[in-house]
Amino acid sequence: MAKQYETVIGLEVHIELATKTKIFCGCSTEFGGAPNTHTCPVCTGMPGSLPVLNKQVVEYAMAIGLATNCKITQVCKFDRKNYFYPDNPQNYQISQLYLPIARDGYVEIETGRGTKKVRIHEMHMEEDAGKLIHDEWDDTSLVDYNRSGVPLVEIVSEPDMRSADEVIAYLEKLRMIVQYLGASDCKLQEGSMRADVNLSVREVGTETFGTRTEMKNLNSFKAISHAIEGERERQIELLEAGKEVVQETRRWDDNKEHSYAMRSKEDAQDYRYFPEPDLVPIVISDEWIARIKAQQPELRSEKLERYKKEFDIPQYDAEIITESKRMADIFEATTAICGKPKKVANWLMGETFRLMKEQDMEPQDLKFSPENLAKLIDLADAGTINSSVAKDVFEKIFFEDVDPEKYVEENGLKMVNDEGALRETVERVIAENPQAVADFKGGKEKALGAMMGQTMRAMKGKANPGKVQELLRELLS
Amino acid sequence: MANKISDETIEYVGILAKLELSDEEKEAAKADMEKMLDYIDTLNELDTTGIEPMSHVFPVNNVFREDVVTNGDNHEETLANAPQRKEDSFEVPRTIG
Repeated sequence: MAKQYETVIGLEVHIELATKTKIFCGCSTEFGGAPNTHTCPVCTGMPGSLPVLNKQVVEYAMAIGLATNCKITQVCKFDRKNYFYPDNPQNYQISQLYLPIARDGYVEIETGRGTKKVRIHEMHMEEDAGKLIHDEWDDTSLVDYNRSGVPLVEIVSEPDMRSADEVIAYLEKLRMIVQYLGASDCKLQEGSMRADVNLSVREVGTETFGTRTEMKNLNSFKAISHAIEGERERQIELLEAGKEVVQETRRWDDNKEHSYAMRSKEDAQDYRYFPEPDLVPIVISDEWIARIKAQQPELRSEKLERYKKEFDIPQYDAEIITESKRMADIFEATTAICGKPKKVANWLMGETFRLMKEQDMEPQDLKFSPENLAKLIDLADAGTINSSVAKDVFEKIFFEDVDPEKYVEENGLKMVNDEGALRETVERVIAENPQAVADFKGGKEKALGAMMGQTMRAMKGKANPGKVQELLRELLS
Repeated sequence: MANKISDETIEYVGILAKLELSDEEKEAAKADMEKMLDYIDTLNELDTTGIEPMSHVFPVNNVFREDVVTNGDNHEETLANAPQRKEDSFEVPRTIG
């Protein structure tokens, strides 16, 4: 019988914090600025420049640590991690090795076999590196230091995960916690949340771990899943062939769906950490911890219960909406304007999710304003537009955030209730479809639907469907 | 108790520091490093049992700045330090990727 293998996975997750400024200088952290416009002597490593720690970074890190059940390290400090690479102008990264801000935590994930704890080994604060763009033609690389010095926390888990599904569940849980805290937007595509996967395989029943590899460059849940499957198979094939897994860093190529070894032996990973002499220690008092705890915003489970009570929406709706803070925020803002929570929930769970899926978007990417969604709900409710027009208008709101009142007005989309105009069209449709009329009179209900469709089309979709059906039945009886 | 730095060690340290040393420079660097390690041995003679490791020479902690943007667009000043510049980016020999 073939050997059974178990996959053992631990993650290193980097999260960019939502501060306005970088970790050690007053440069903006805004994403997408023109190259090198958010730089200064500190974040470009100029000799003689001195870093000063952003207090908000410590507070966000504490908040994440507390929300993931970690112990806060009350005397903590920074260390230098030395390496040469053009994205790192100081030739060292300021990070934490010896006394990271938080340790020994866990999060709970839901798996097919119930709730499981994934333990967190430690979490530390550090600075991000610049961004390299490779020029295919010139054989050079271009460096943009806007991201250099953007604050990160790195959350290192224990090797507690056993499948790609568990990894995704863990990442989704972390993302939800951090988003709810407002500590980061956690966008994988923009790199504000990044995961390195440490993976080894072993025969089922073995106590010791196999040799692990580390995979980098994973910027979507899909890539993470594929990389895990691919690496598991690669390692099993090596073992089955009697070869050994080499401990190395591998880079995942999402286009080729293949990973390759990234670092050679000459490029040794010897970071020669030592205490950062330019920064003084951080001493965190019990009072400070208590203050951060007290400021902790409403977490998901609390929000879920409140929605059921305050807005009287079903458990199912509340679960879906509170899955992301962004969606919950839209829900609350829209409900505050139109006062129709169940209708807001329906639009979010129906059309919004449908379009997000179609466009491969995350709640973070939603751009439409609660004002416009609320107006649309009012228009549909008042019978100004019918439900199919409402769906078309919603697409316009979803993509372009149009003002639905104006849009309906300008495009003449108001529902036609005018008895005369409707009667005229219905009469014409009846006259043009003797076969359908005969079928209907012969007892085929379906034929009525076909004539309804024709009438709606003739009225450019704007007719009041209830009235059209009423008229058809009246004129055919 | 003189320390000895091997050829392999000086070679390895050179790789880490991205330095290419001539044979004479290697010998000089070896001698310097041996002296440094000897000095550390001297420091190690002190009994430090029960003393907290010190990470900073001044008895200060919690020096913070508030999260307020104070720097504007400095890209010209920043790029003035670029050994090679292409448009608004630093240009460097191609890295992997």
